[in-house]
Amino acid sequence: MSNTLKERGNGGSRFALSFSSLSYKAQRRVIIILFSILPLALLATFSYLPLYRMVYYSFFSWNGFSKNLNFVGLENYMTIFTRPEYFSVFKVSLYYFFATFIQMGLALYFATILTFKIRGKNFFKGVLFFPFLLNGVAIGFIFMYFFRPDGTLDALLHVFGLSEFIQLWLGNPDLINISLAGTSVWRYMGFNFIIFLGVISSIPRDIYEAADIDGANRWHQFRYIIVPSIRRIIELNVILSISGAIAVFEIPYIMTGGANGSKTFVIQTVDTAFKFGKFGLGSAMAVVLLIIVIIVTLLQNKLFKEKGA
Amino acid sequence: MEKAKSIFFAVLKYGSLLLGSFAALMPLVVVLFTSMKSRDEMANTSALTPPENWLNFDNYTKAFVDGKMLVGFMNTTFILTISIVGAILLGTMIAYILSRFDFRGKNIIMALFLFAVLIPGVTTQVATFQIINELDLFNTRGAAILLFMGTDIISIYIFIQFINQISNQLDESAMLDGASYITIFTRIIMPLLKPAIATVFIVKGVNIYNDFYIPFLYMPKEGLQVVSTALFKFKGPYGTQWEIISAGIMIVILPTLVVFLSLQKYIYNGFTQGAVK
Repeated sequence: MSNTLKERGNGGSRFALSFSSLSYKAQRRVIIILFSILPLALLATFSYLPLYRMVYYSFFSWNGFSKNLNFVGLENYMTIFTRPEYFSVFKVSLYYFFATFIQMGLALYFATILTFKIRGKNFFKGVLFFPFLLNGVAIGFIFMYFFRPDGTLDALLHVFGLSEFIQLWLGNPDLINISLAGTSVWRYMGFNFIIFLGVISSIPRDIYEAADIDGANRWHQFRYIIVPSIRRIIELNVILSISGAIAVFEIPYIMTGGANGSKTFVIQTVDTAFKFGKFGLGSAMAVVLLIIVIIVTLLQNKLFKEKGA
Repeated sequence: MEKAKSIFFAVLKYGSLLLGSFAALMPLVVVLFTSMKSRDEMANTSALTPPENWLNFDNYTKAFVDGKMLVGFMNTTFILTISIVGAILLGTMIAYILSRFDFRGKNIIMALFLFAVLIPGVTTQVATFQIINELDLFNTRGAAILLFMGTDIISIYIFIQFINQISNQLDESAMLDGASYITIFTRIIMPLLKPAIATVFIVKGVNIYNDFYIPFLYMPKEGLQVVSTALFKFKGPYGTQWEIISAGIMIVILPTLVVFLSLQKYIYNGFTQGAVK
């Protein structure tokens, strides 16, 4: 048994042979280094080195390829906070932030009704979740068609006799962010939904039965059984939605490229660096974003600790 | 009275579910319709009208051939396979030592992986771009493979949880037989990790198939386009030819639909496991 195990497992290579002849203590030392070195090397090269470089570049004026990096101190940061065209994009995040509440409300509603006995459960579950799996570029195009003049939305309004409400959904700067945030709700609702559904279905059945016997109606069951058990997940999602709303990128980038006042902070950052060749300023913007995300995360941990989590 | 009330609620319940499904499916169905329409039909029919000929695949051929989608699928398959196999190997390896051994720096390693997820990926690309350049990986598949291969805290958590459930006695009895730690890892741990590997495979696979920005930024060369970037290119030349773009969209969605229908259960588990942690 031991021989076959050893030979087959080791593939008979010379290294493996000499490895298995080591004492377990020595093996341990070797395997700890061997098994952590590559994952850590990748982590260092593609997470921490960029982070370090990003902070470094943020104090320089640099076009991304020239050999000259001019030290400018905090000037890049001053630019972000004083020039309205850089800072005002945060306003756009508010649309996505509010949209996440609608998204979570819908997810919670559908998760709740699908917890109870219902016909076609698997069908509804699948349909509501499916959009989350789709390719971001495909979603962007689907909704460009949805919102374009004479597109899906206009045709629907026409069918229901609501033609007078037809608008330039992606052309009107007052509407564009609502349209894009709506697309984002369509894309991500299924994710919240499936998580809520998972948590709600983990509540033992007999609790509902006991509540039924006590004469509790569905609303009571929702209010006093379901909500308390998923409260933490909801809180977590609310807080994540703050950093999520600031980091919105793909949908508006694909659909509008940031035109008509739909530019988000991340689009602005990416354009600043790659389109306008201001890598120093772009880095400073990325650092600001990172700091916001860290503050939000710390806040979340503090909130959870206070609740005794 | 009771009966009227329960009927009312049933209508409300099913009504809202149907409305929700309608909202989820409508944008997709219209794109399906559009993908089978001719130029003439496009000009003369409403977006909601079904195509005259349900077997009109002309737009599909055009999208697939002119959009060089085959190259995209080949590149995506190549990158996806290598980076997922790599990510799973690296992830199980580090999870194995983190869960089975106590050593100095263990908590630091966990903290490093945990903090890394906080860094918003898109923005650090400003600096990652320079590193990819210095490694001579710009415009190579290696760029995407290496960036996707790095394992993340969620995969590590999933693996650690599974390994913790594997009894230590299995390891010990193998050690009595003289098995090395590598043998234990490859012959005992790995086979028992299959469900966790399936979970990570699916979540990573969906993410890589759908990722747009990494290939867009690091592999702009035409021969290196992946599914996402191939589709994105439709925006230029076919700007107004929505029947062609729609066919392109459907071609990209179809594999997702097939995978979803055949692996539903694993997909639900995968995404809930990864997120509830």
